[in-house]
Amino acid sequence: MTTDPNEGANTLEMMINMGPQHPSTHGVFRMVLHLDGERVVRVEPHIGYLHRGSEKLSEGESYAQVITLFDRLDYVSNFNNELVFCMAAEKLMSIDVPERAQYIRVILCELNRIASHLLYYGTYGLDTGAITPILYSFRERERIQNLFEAVSGARMMHNFIRIGGLKQDVPEDFRERMDRLLPQLRQGIDECDRLLSHSEIFLARTRGIARISAEDAIRWGMTGPALRASGVLEDVRVTEPYQVYDRFDFDIPAGTMGDCWDRYYVPLEEMRQSLRIIQQAMEQMPDGPVMTTMRRIARPPKGEVYVQAENPRGAIGVYLVSDGSEKPYRVKVRPPSFCNLQALPYLMRDAYVADAVVILGSLDIILGEVDR
Amino acid sequence: MFGNLKGLLMTFKTTLRKPVTAQYPKERLPIEPRRMGFPMLMWDKNVGEPYCTACMVCIRECPTQCMSANMKDNPLQAEGKSARRKIVESFEINIGRCILCGICVDVCNFDAIEMSYETELSTFVRNGRRMDLRELLERGTGWQEQSGWKPKKERQPAKRGPEAEAKVEEPT
Ligand code: SF4
Ligand code: SF4
Repeated sequence: MTTDPNEGANTLEMMINMGPQHPSTHGVFRMVLHLDGERVVRVEPHIGYLHRGSEKLSEGESYAQVITLFDRLDYVSNFNNELVFCMAAEKLMSIDVPERAQYIRVILCELNRIASHLLYYGTYGLDTGAITPILYSFRERERIQNLFEAVSGARMMHNFIRIGGLKQDVPEDFRERMDRLLPQLRQGIDECDRLLSHSEIFLARTRGIARISAEDAIRWGMTGPALRASGVLEDVRVTEPYQVYDRFDFDIPAGTMGDCWDRYYVPLEEMRQSLRIIQQAMEQMPDGPVMTTMRRIARPPKGEVYVQAENPRGAIGVYLVSDGSEKPYRVKVRPPSFCNLQALPYLMRDAYVADAVVILGSLDIILGEVDR
Repeated sequence: MFGNLKGLLMTFKTTLRKPVTAQYPKERLPIEPRRMGFPMLMWDKNVGEPYCTACMVCIRECPTQCMSANMKDNPLQAEGKSARRKIVESFEINIGRCILCGICVDVCNFDAIEMSYETELSTFVRNGRRMDLRELLERGTGWQEQSGWKPKKERQPAKRGPEAEAKVEEPT
């Protein structure tokens, strides 16, 4: 007669703290995982470790100074963040930005998108246990950072886009540099793709993990590559074009299954589309001024606007209220990573604890933006 | 199996390439002309005094409030050597707080402040890193020579760019 040694034993869920110093949380993010054996029963995300009060700080800074705060929201796609705030202020002040400035903005934003997706590609490789990809992606990213340094003077935190245009025109050798950079990037992205995407080990870790259907993704308020991975063709650049995006011909890559692999592959494909946009923008870019004539100190009239734009991580929205003074009355940011993160408990249900990192990584969160 | 091999082939090809890494403290990346390091003050060689008149505009506009300055009557103006009525007496930048945003350079009406190429922050001093007027000017003079800097008046009028296009109004 055999007896079950656990008979009568009272088993409880196990609680594991992951983070805030866990390397795969891409910043300081804490998850409390409730486990039943190897399965995740429940996950409680804890945010706020990187809270700097950017929204509140913005109320005490002049419009030009707020741009420096926006640089630090999503700190790997600085140009995109600067742009959305400047767009909000410009809309409030009804400023028309010179065409050349708009083209340069688009080029820089798309390059920044590539740089940001390359970072995601590399760190996602790390999350799934592959160390080599980050070396490849950073090699390519470094080329972009070098160009940014030549254009704006800083590798990150550029403070280059201004309300009404740009701080400066691009340097004289910009075109030659771009002609050199674009083929290198194209090749680099292909290499990155070949290195990881179809590796059996990587596929086994990501294919079919944490699937989310299109309806659910929309219901959870996801945007950006994470939403498009579920097959929803939604991109602010296309549905609500801003700047000069309506003049370019590019596709919106979308996934079919909405699993981790799709969420990984959509950004990779987006980089190629970004290259297409940059190529077209370089060809169409007109000459002319890069800054409108305006008062040096921006003082928008009383009113409120909501502006959205497509960041690498999804749709960023800025709600800006002005009381007519030189400081904004209220700045509210709708950060894409924060909204994508909401779906985490849903994605994690019944996952294995070993996949927790893979699922979190696939959402591509940046904590500077989640916590603000 | 095939996908793995494809990836391995990629890494194998890369082993034959030249490395792109720079061995940092020994090797440095080339300095871009626009590189923004810590701010420093410019020295007017023609007169022999700083450009800065301690007008406090940059201090008001700095997002981190990391600067402070004092003004005094310019002794050289009394002697008739300089057109500046007021001149900087003391100036301090807390480098530990500076976020290298370049706003101070943008707002200065006297070409007095520029961003250097210097970005290395570490020191043996624990309590912040402050640069006083003497140090700022020393760095500024060195940088002026290194980069061939000229005040805006003496520069070729830029074909495009905000200097040429934007009508600059006095900040209110
Ligand atoms: S650096 Fe320029 S803006 Fe700042 S106090 Fe001196 S003169 Fe004024
Ligand atoms: S660069 Fe920015 S933070 Fe630094 S002193 Fe100038 S205005 Fe202040």
